[in-house]
Amino acid sequence: METNDFIKNFAAQFDDTDASEITLETRFRELDEWSSLNALAVLNMIGKKYGIILKLEEMKPTNTVQELFDLVQSKL
Amino acid sequence: MMNNPFSLLGKTILVTGASSGIGRAMAIMCSQMDAKLIITGRNKARLAETFSLLEGDENLQICADLTHTNELNSLIEQLPKLDGVVNNAGIAKPLILQLTEEEDIDEIMNINALVPIHLTRLILQQKKLNKGASLVFISSINGNNCAYMGSSIYAASKSALTGFMKTVALELAPRGIRANCINPGMIETNLLKSGNIGEDDLEKDRLKYPLKRYGKPEEVAAAAVFLLSDATQWITGSSLLIDGGYTIQ
Repeated sequence: METNDFIKNFAAQFDDTDASEITLETRFRELDEWSSLNALAVLNMIGKKYGIILKLEEMKPTNTVQELFDLVQSKL
Repeated sequence: MMNNPFSLLGKTILVTGASSGIGRAMAIMCSQMDAKLIITGRNKARLAETFSLLEGDENLQICADLTHTNELNSLIEQLPKLDGVVNNAGIAKPLILQLTEEEDIDEIMNINALVPIHLTRLILQQKKLNKGASLVFISSINGNNCAYMGSSIYAASKSALTGFMKTVALELAPRGIRANCINPGMIETNLLKSGNIGEDDLEKDRLKYPLKRYGKPEEVAAAAVFLLSDATQWITGSSLLIDGGYTIQ
């Protein structure tokens, strides 16, 4: 699983946040746009692109894109 | 009890999606109410398990994927005259619309809405329904009474059933055949595990119901028995809400 691809796929789930603003260090829950819809979008994306069905509560402890990446990586 | 109005004695009933969950509970309860069952599902082993749990010895099991026209036609051919049909087979595929692709839409609409429509159409065209028969469609509160993020296509498919059912109820009323929907809230079945909501969040969600829990498959089965029985000969075109009080809030 490639980090740049993951960042791109992650950033695609935002409508009002520029993709260039999102890096591995981004604390995504602190983004203005972040809502439960984004959480769902990210979970759906992970399912579709990486075949991992992550539960919302598993995603809860992650705060940065890197942490989320690591979580998905651990399930592959 | 003499003349139990809820008895299904002497009735032959088809249940789809009988391999598990609500369908299994329905088939079992109908058999306990003395109906003859024809059960169908895609999973041979799980269907056989349901079959082994049925009472009576005149039941039939037909393993079939009803999204395949040839298998659907084959099922219809094997059917005797029916007194009840429960269109229960259905899937959920939680996806927000932006991440929904054409094949997701096709899959959900096919199984949840088009199969019940084709099955009903073919049963009528092949004259497989007895006078006074009862058609039951398992719809949902989702799409009819409320909505949830991530289930736009599921909701579309379930409200499609409601519209279809009402017209069918009108068209078949002259023959004393009725059609109704059951709209369940969340029910404790394997379908719950198919999405991104884990056990902790499900537990929180259960508490959102006035009755503080999800429904049991047997509770939906009991509603189906009610609608299939002679007790409801004057109920048609309706949607029976079974949701633990969720949608009154």
